Amino acid sequence: MTTNWQFAWRNIWRNKRRTILTMCAIGFGASLIVFSVGLQLGQYDLMISGSTRIYQGLVQVQKKGYLDEARMRNSIADAQTLANNIRKTTAINDVAVRANGFALVSSRERTYGVAVIGVETRHEGNVSIIPGLVKEGRYLANDNASEVVIGRSLAKNLKITLGDELTILGSGRDGSIAATIFPVVGIFDSGSRELDRGLVQIPLNSFQQVFSMGNHAHAVVIYHQNAELVDTLKTQLQPLLKAADPDLLALGWDQIQPGIKESIELDYSSGWFMYIVLVAIITFSIMNTFLMSVLERTREFGIMLALGFKPINIGKLVMMEALILTLFALIAGTLIGLAVNYYFLINGLTFEGMEEIAAQYNMPATITPQISIESTLLGPAVILIFTLLAALYPAMKIRKLEPVEAMRHI
Amino acid sequence: MNSFLLIFSLAWRNLWRNKRRTLVILLAIVLGVWAMIVTAAFMRGMIFQMLEDTVDNLAGHVQIHHSQYLDDPVINNSFDPDSHTISRITHDPRVLMWSDRIRLPAVVLSERETTGITMLGVNPARESKISFIGKSVVEGRFLNSSSDTGIVIGQALADKLETRLGKRIVLMSQDINNEIADRGFRIVGIYDAPLDPTEKAFVFVGKETAAKMVGLKGAISEIVLRLHDTDMVTPLVTEMDQLDHTIDVMSWLEVEPYLELMIQMMDTSMFIWYLIVFLAMAFGIINTLLMAVFERTREFGLFQALGQKPRFILFQVWLEAILMIIVGLLAGNFLSWISVMATGDGIDVSVFARGMEMINMSNIIPFVITFNDLMIANITVAVLGMLTGLYPAWRASRLVPADAITRI
Repeated sequence: MTTNWQFAWRNIWRNKRRTILTMCAIGFGASLIVFSVGLQLGQYDLMISGSTRIYQGLVQVQKKGYLDEARMRNSIADAQTLANNIRKTTAINDVAVRANGFALVSSRERTYGVAVIGVETRHEGNVSIIPGLVKEGRYLANDNASEVVIGRSLAKNLKITLGDELTILGSGRDGSIAATIFPVVGIFDSGSRELDRGLVQIPLNSFQQVFSMGNHAHAVVIYHQNAELVDTLKTQLQPLLKAADPDLLALGWDQIQPGIKESIELDYSSGWFMYIVLVAIITFSIMNTFLMSVLERTREFGIMLALGFKPINIGKLVMMEALILTLFALIAGTLIGLAVNYYFLINGLTFEGMEEIAAQYNMPATITPQISIESTLLGPAVILIFTLLAALYPAMKIRKLEPVEAMRHI
Repeated sequence: MNSFLLIFSLAWRNLWRNKRRTLVILLAIVLGVWAMIVTAAFMRGMIFQMLEDTVDNLAGHVQIHHSQYLDDPVINNSFDPDSHTISRITHDPRVLMWSDRIRLPAVVLSERETTGITMLGVNPARESKISFIGKSVVEGRFLNSSSDTGIVIGQALADKLETRLGKRIVLMSQDINNEIADRGFRIVGIYDAPLDPTEKAFVFVGKETAAKMVGLKGAISEIVLRLHDTDMVTPLVTEMDQLDHTIDVMSWLEVEPYLELMIQMMDTSMFIWYLIVFLAMAFGIINTLLMAVFERTREFGLFQALGQKPRFILFQVWLEAILMIIVGLLAGNFLSWISVMATGDGIDVSVFARGMEMINMSNIIPFVITFNDLMIANITVAVLGMLTGLYPAWRASRLVPADAITRI
């Protein structure tokens, strides 16, 4: 066996230039794919963490049907007890209750329709970065306070500043009129246009009073920084939800914001179309090399056959040559790709115009590639399969060789 | 001329001496060219569709607002449609059609639900020609006149509000005196737009009715124009924006700066993709040609011994490379053309519907091949391919005759 490997190794280097060119082609493909898959996955991580961390959370408990039609009546009874149970009985600590409403908010001069959210002031900061992004004034003091925080764009549109009064006018859970006047104690700047323009937060108890909610709320928001834990979290919640109300659902970020998930999938599949095409082109490029290295040795193979070698052994030899060559090139290429990824992991990658596009998805303007087993090995594995397939054809040709004829071949 | 013909036929025949080898590398080139053109066509189609949707989606080619309106879209920032400037713009021969609107943020209340929307007070005759609404009313009818007292809302909004055709809903908005104005409307029509967010965001009412509700006397919020030709947009905007500084004239691209950025980024990333694809082919082209050269070492030696100049050999091998690339380009272009034809209207990406919605796009992406994209792809391959072919050709011409002949 060792002799065979040695044999294959020497055969590869019989034509150095050709071997090196072939290795370059494979290595180039590998490093490119390792780099761009890493970049792509890194970008998806950013999109997911951006969308979950700012406001939406990783998992939300809601009443069945609330996701499709956010109706005020479709609420969770005694939501705070449920949230407390979750905090106490599971390892999940970043939990906060929200009640969602819609209302007209007016300053002295202006009126806009916005989402009004009732939050648990002590816990909201664990599931959302908005409390930490209050740039002027402060966040809501306690759950009973009569005060409001609003986004910077909304403040600008309403032409109000800290301390000014904001009139909130909407309809309550029972259809009655919900109206109140709260002073603005804080102005936040989240960077997300949608939130900064269309969201105000008030304390949960005040919300429940103004909107006649009793002890009801609309969502229990749960955050965890590792997005892959979505399903684990959901399973952990299941028994608690069942005990509280069989109509409660635990929804993952991908259900709450299916747009993000699908745009990731769309991008991923168009990415793979490009990779497969690229790998196919490389395969055709090197197929000739494999083919030539077999055809030019027809005479040699003829002699080997005459000496008693079985065609299958020679075929194996050819495959071994291809395998060695590909593996070496893949290792080199993967290492280069990894090195580039590592460089950008440390330094971050940004390019012109990215900031605007990134803002559209609530993303920071620098991407860091993801370095994981998937991002590193998936591309090279595909290349390995394709190149071995390319080597199979010339290897099969050997079976058809007739020793006498082959030896006469020039 | 004769010697060129000789070289040409030599090169052509040499190319086909080893059919399988040439076909394999041709496959690589064809696949590469196909991939370049088809991805460019897909990207271009995506952008084309985005622009179409944007224009159709109420934006038009050119928009006119009060200079403060975009920052602060309230009723006070409206303008007089009968001013000299405006009539000069709307009467410009480049303008195909236009529509004037009162466009205000408002709140809509049904018996069950309340939500925020944008109210569009329109002249139905003009509006239905310029935007999607003209062909999108699926239930009931569109507005009859500017003083029609009905309202037309989107399907998705109707579902959200739990209301339907014939029911009454109430609109609330700020009036000219900063007071809250409200008015009830009967739903006379329901429209179905390509994108759900559009359906949820816009309701159509008569322009006069809207004006009466909020107390506007003759003033409007915006005019959108559609021109005969998109190439006229930039010159027209540059010219008209000078006229009156209380009026803001802008093109569709300024309305969606994100789109323009995407177009720029796409051009760069397409070119990088071309280079990558080409590099992948280049290794194969060099290797194959080098092989073809080395197995003919004796032959080239003989040529030279017979008095052929090295230049002649260089040119001959180079021509082989060029012919190969030309054949590959022709076949690749043809294949792209066939695959674009085969997909007809475009490819359906509705599996990713909500992802597409996020970037404001509908679900069918047409393939759009532009002359520019075709040229860039073909020229990249042709120029770089010719450069690549030079190396093996140069190697062939550098053989020393005596050595070459004696080599087996």
